[in-house]
Amino acid sequence: MRAGFPRGPRRALALAAALLCLGPLAGCGSGSDDGVVHLDYLSLAWQQESVEANKALVEEWNETHPDVQVRYVQGSWDDVHDQLLTSFMGGEAPDIIHDDASDLTDFANGGYLADLTGYLPGGLRSDIPQESWDTTTYDGGIYGVPFLVEPRVLIANTRLLQESGVRIPTTEHPWTWEEFEEVSRTLTRDTDGDGERDTYGVAWSMKEPVTQSVNLSLSTGGRLFYREGDEDVIRYGAADASVAELINRQVNVDHTAPDSSLGMSGSDTLPGFFAGRYALLPLNFSYRQQVQQQAPDGFEWSVLPMPTGGGEYGLAQGVAPQTLSVAEDSDHKQAAVDFIAFLTRADHVVDLARGDWMLPTSTTALADPALNTGEYGWRTGVEIAAQLRPSPVLGVRGYPEWKDKVATPAFQEYYAGEFGVDELRDRLAGDGNRILDRYQR
Amino acid sequence: MSAVKPAPRAVTPSRRRAARAAGRTGQYLALAAYLIFLGFPLLWLVSVSFKSPQELGSIDPTWLPRHPSLDNYRKAFDTQPLLRAALNSLLVAGCASVIAVAIAVPAAYVMVRYRTRVSQAGTVWILISQMFPFVLIVIPLFLVLKNLHLINSLTGLIVVYVVWNLPFSLWMLQGYVKAVPRSLEEAAAVDGAGRLRVLTGVVLPLLTPGLVATLMFSFVTAWNEFFFALVLLKTPEKQTMSVILTHFTGAEGAVDLGPLAAAAVCATLPTLLFFALLQRRLVGGMLAGAVKG
Repeated sequence: MRAGFPRGPRRALALAAALLCLGPLAGCGSGSDDGVVHLDYLSLAWQQESVEANKALVEEWNETHPDVQVRYVQGSWDDVHDQLLTSFMGGEAPDIIHDDASDLTDFANGGYLADLTGYLPGGLRSDIPQESWDTTTYDGGIYGVPFLVEPRVLIANTRLLQESGVRIPTTEHPWTWEEFEEVSRTLTRDTDGDGERDTYGVAWSMKEPVTQSVNLSLSTGGRLFYREGDEDVIRYGAADASVAELINRQVNVDHTAPDSSLGMSGSDTLPGFFAGRYALLPLNFSYRQQVQQQAPDGFEWSVLPMPTGGGEYGLAQGVAPQTLSVAEDSDHKQAAVDFIAFLTRADHVVDLARGDWMLPTSTTALADPALNTGEYGWRTGVEIAAQLRPSPVLGVRGYPEWKDKVATPAFQEYYAGEFGVDELRDRLAGDGNRILDRYQR
Repeated sequence: MSAVKPAPRAVTPSRRRAARAAGRTGQYLALAAYLIFLGFPLLWLVSVSFKSPQELGSIDPTWLPRHPSLDNYRKAFDTQPLLRAALNSLLVAGCASVIAVAIAVPAAYVMVRYRTRVSQAGTVWILISQMFPFVLIVIPLFLVLKNLHLINSLTGLIVVYVVWNLPFSLWMLQGYVKAVPRSLEEAAAVDGAGRLRVLTGVVLPLLTPGLVATLMFSFVTAWNEFFFALVLLKTPEKQTMSVILTHFTGAEGAVDLGPLAAAAVCATLPTLLFFALLQRRLVGGMLAGAVKG
């Protein structure tokens, strides 16, 4: 008698065989022996309008450039660093890489990104301000095209602002930080007289406190990261700490900002904003998309510039633009840069900017009427754009480790009132410089 | 003077019945609370997937959507290749789990029935292999698969999942094999059955619950796996469900919550169905594994 499997396992084996036959079929890729250059474009666009704009541009490119075909590959902001690191190490990186400037430092230093200096067309170089190019320039090489940027702005509940009678700031006459503190006090109210605050002047979402704490320090003349000779050092003086101290005061002394929002992301604060619990939200410019989408019918909101530390600083704040880079391993660097130049052409980058609710770095694109509209605060953003500065963290080796291990817990505890600014300084600069030293040996 | 102990009060049958009913009610209440606790994330996910952006932005969330709509599902399917991703996940998880179990069954049998140094070393290897974090092996693995031309290939991902699932599958199945009485095999051998016949005709049928449990574990692990799929698959046509879900999230915690919830419901359904279909056998398997032969 023939030994055989019982019915169940035999069926399972048949299934395995069938699936195994399908596996290799599904794994087949397209060949590239047709003389046509094939490029992979890793895009991190995620909002529907932005994805559609990107795909439409890729399609347009492929139709007009039959000899260079681009494949759209969608990535995710959450995991792009790990994904790229693995791809670089394995020599399988996409040709064109969408990322942000703060992620480029280590990749550029590791030799994984191509220096685009000799490939970029003159028109593109001159259309983007030097301030923006500085965000992607390391040791004299340009490792990415900065094409989209987003400043932090104040999203305001228009009704509460008007009822309070405070002066409405403009980009020409923004609030000073002192005025902002005063306005926050005026806006903070106990409407039903039960001793509990019903409306807070401002809600600081500090789930990720480091970037905004560092970038906003530029508005008072700080920057945390200073260049001494060939080395980066962290200093945390009065100018560097001014905005952080103000936030701490609002949460722990004035109580014009709730401590409950400190652990929130920007999205988490929106329900409270729509319900009138928070009058002002400091958020990134692209959050306007969520506000517009989620605001109840009839809810009026406006976009205001962040406060300034004084006339000499204007509306300065640090930013890390979104970038397009080319992998060093790419065999077709010029073709990849040509595609980047096509994507970042003024009329195209306007579409991308609108899709992502961000600002283009291109000066021509910034002048586009589609962006110079009062609707959804676009004009406020455009007027701020010229005063944006490269984030001090850009180009600092060891910044990610400092941010994760030192700065994030230190800022979170400081804002929660666990300790004072001296302890914060000890941690940020003392512990922080030891980390930077390790990277700069 | 001796203390007089009060006589114990007689417990009447009706009081005993009432106590038993109260105990049973308490048990059911505890069970219901536990079920709600377990089901809460899923129920909330389903609820969110039917809510409009305005409702998601409300400070007073409700269990039932005020104006239920399929817009989130429409948007999720319009913007991302969810169906294709689900098929890829099904293919990869199906193949990986079946192959892992097919390899694990004879291996577990040998490791249980033949206690040699090799089998003991195998057991230690299983434990050690579970201690390696993903990030430690992903780059070497990437290079190995690249040399085998298995990058950006579902076959490559299946191979990875088989290897990743194999140790735990072996570990699980060893328990089930141990529960099969050796006397049954000896009886079959006395009747003239060879080793292979004993394995396929006697042991395997008794292992069915264990096979199902292991298969389910392997399938769900492969279905949910994210990091290997992220780094090994490049083209959108080959990406699996877990990778596609991240496309609804932006930088700094921004998220397109409604469509993400809708896509997450779609990603959860197959595993729920799989579990519903096999759960009776799974429970049987657990009991079988718990009983000594």
